[in-house]
Amino acid sequence: MPGTDSEAARDASLPARAKIAVTAGKMAAALSQKAGRGSGSVIGGKVALKLDPDLLKTLAEHLDVVLVSATNGKTTTTRLIAEALRAAGPVVSNALGANMPAGITAALAGGTDARFGVIEVDEKYLPMVARDTRPKAIALLNLSRDQLDRAAETRMMAEKWREGLKDTEAVIIANADDPLVTWAASSCKKVVWVAAGQAWKEDAWSCPSCGGVMQRPGDDWFCGECGFRRPNPHWALQGTHVIDPHRGAWPIQLQLPGRANLANATSSAAVAAVFGVAPQVALQRMQAVAAVAGRYDVVQFRGRDIRLLLAKNPAGWLETFSLIDGPPAPVILSVNAMDADGTDTSWLWDVDYERLAGHPIFVMGQRKLDLAVRLEVAGLQFQVVDSLSQAVDAAPEGRIEAIANYTAFQQLRKAVVA
Amino acid sequence: MSDQQHYQQYGGQPYDGQQFDDRQYQQQAYGDQAYGEQQAYGEQSFAEPQHPQQYDGQQFAGQQRGFDEPQQQYGGGAPEAAPQYGRSSRMSESSLRVVWVYPDLLSTYGDRGNALVVERRAQQRGLGVQRIDVRSDQSVPTSGDIYLIGGGEDRPQRLAAERLRNDGGLVRAAENGAIIFSVCAGFQILGHEFINDLGEREAGLGLLDVWTTRGEGARCVGDVLAEVNPQLSLPQLTGFENHQGITHLGEGVKPLATVQVGRGNGTGDGTEGAWRDTVFGTYLHGPVMARNPAVADLLIKLALDVNALPPADTTWYDALRTERIASAARPA
Repeated sequence: MPGTDSEAARDASLPARAKIAVTAGKMAAALSQKAGRGSGSVIGGKVALKLDPDLLKTLAEHLDVVLVSATNGKTTTTRLIAEALRAAGPVVSNALGANMPAGITAALAGGTDARFGVIEVDEKYLPMVARDTRPKAIALLNLSRDQLDRAAETRMMAEKWREGLKDTEAVIIANADDPLVTWAASSCKKVVWVAAGQAWKEDAWSCPSCGGVMQRPGDDWFCGECGFRRPNPHWALQGTHVIDPHRGAWPIQLQLPGRANLANATSSAAVAAVFGVAPQVALQRMQAVAAVAGRYDVVQFRGRDIRLLLAKNPAGWLETFSLIDGPPAPVILSVNAMDADGTDTSWLWDVDYERLAGHPIFVMGQRKLDLAVRLEVAGLQFQVVDSLSQAVDAAPEGRIEAIANYTAFQQLRKAVVA
Repeated sequence: MSDQQHYQQYGGQPYDGQQFDDRQYQQQAYGDQAYGEQQAYGEQSFAEPQHPQQYDGQQFAGQQRGFDEPQQQYGGGAPEAAPQYGRSSRMSESSLRVVWVYPDLLSTYGDRGNALVVERRAQQRGLGVQRIDVRSDQSVPTSGDIYLIGGGEDRPQRLAAERLRNDGGLVRAAENGAIIFSVCAGFQILGHEFINDLGEREAGLGLLDVWTTRGEGARCVGDVLAEVNPQLSLPQLTGFENHQGITHLGEGVKPLATVQVGRGNGTGDGTEGAWRDTVFGTYLHGPVMARNPAVADLLIKLALDVNALPPADTTWYDALRTERIASAARPA
């Protein structure tokens, strides 16, 4: 949205170099958009950063910045926090999930008279973006295996966070139920611990601190060897309520489904409180969010209702299985293995597809045959199809749950509007 | 409210000593299908033991003795009795014991898939399977039939090597002739040494005459196609590799396969994996059994000491193999 009055006013206050960079970036974005290459925000950001490497820093100076990072849930949580903070002032955010420095720069350059910058950050870039933007708060939600062929190992990622954030002045809002996140955050000065839960535990059996075997009785966890253990949380998700540090219990009423989103709302309420927004106000505002970048959206296609669900890695699939309608709701699974998905599909074997027993299952996507073998070994009945139309036409009645990984999800979204 | 009360309220239950291993389970003893209704197996005759012996917790060695002795011909047992494959002495009596070593440390690349496929392929042949997942603070039982050890990140690999050396269970199992199948980090651990996450030489278990150095070049990442050593009578292998280590083979092992696409052991001589007797190592993920069910079948045959198994459906595996082999063979 180039050219609003307030934007012009803000731009006028920028240093000359930043001004030129912002303008050039906007031109590049507009050109890219005209050429039909998407929103152009990333290319615009790249051009702008090239002209002024300090641009991100300059743009962030005027804002109270909140950073959000995690393996899963960062786009949704960024959105929930943005909604909550709008109670206290205008917000600029990279709402569409362009979460690397170029995309973040572009989002902030498009900001107007915002007071808050709520920014989703790719895990790898968090230390760098935290250094450049001097955030007031950083939300760390979870860390788990993702994109095996190119992502850093989870514990190494936690170490990067730990090293990169140890001198930050920001308040860290961290999930106390995730040992890797806890370890990453525990070197920071100001930490608000949130008991947000952790369904997927397979990446946290060895102590990130000493390598000892983690003991996990009930919801607790501790290392039997070095004593590293779950901190006492200030905030907690209990059932469908947020428990605040004063023991107040606030009902969470979201349109977004699933336990993971209750957890995201809890962390978001804790972030909002850092800026003086009370949990009841924050939660009420979060209720307005119905879908995030197409995720959880219920669309009509060939006369049927389809709910579009994104699940990119084992932890994400686990959370997704827990929120879908029970059998006999038909389920469509679509998996790709493009660069953005990770080209190694081994992770399919970490997902408990056995949980889909009783659902009519339709399998599609670039790697439908990997899925077919996985489901065969799980002892499930399923049908392999070539397209969404074919799956929908073959599906028995009821709302269809379509679960897809990253690029497969984008393809589903395109298919339903075509 | 004190911190302790605070903590309790947030769900901290007292530790009850329960093991983590909620996946550890025992499959029902045998399939429903009566064995006599299936076709005969290769040259091996199928017979049932008169007195199916229960696993008594003894070490594998005791049962292993029978392996080289003349085989007893069993008469027809009671119809309900558990069927037994040919020379059963290698296998624990009542079911195939599949030991998955250290899923808490070495299970980064869908390695559970190898255990699931072995289980599935055995069950399709009417065999009972007992899967035993051994966490790294538990001792490795020496009485398993098939041991699987998977891939992992550098730090967990060092921890796994330390704990396996201290525990000694896997080495004893190997001395007893157990079948061991290892992947990537697990493969490196079975060798004499590898380079750990601290850049130091770390001792392995010496079960395979291989040693691993750290590659100076780019990490080996991508699809692999390889022809298996003809002695093993296996079809072409397809898989995905992702490793920095370069594994050198000594005199005491043979290469498992020769790569057509991909890097394999990374030594530049085209070798992939290593093998001697019933101990195997490979760099292939995928998981390798999902892409190559014949490998799972080979391990089951070795465990049962038979030359052939009844057929089991491979429709989807075949379709996947055809696709992956074509995709890997296509010039990028």
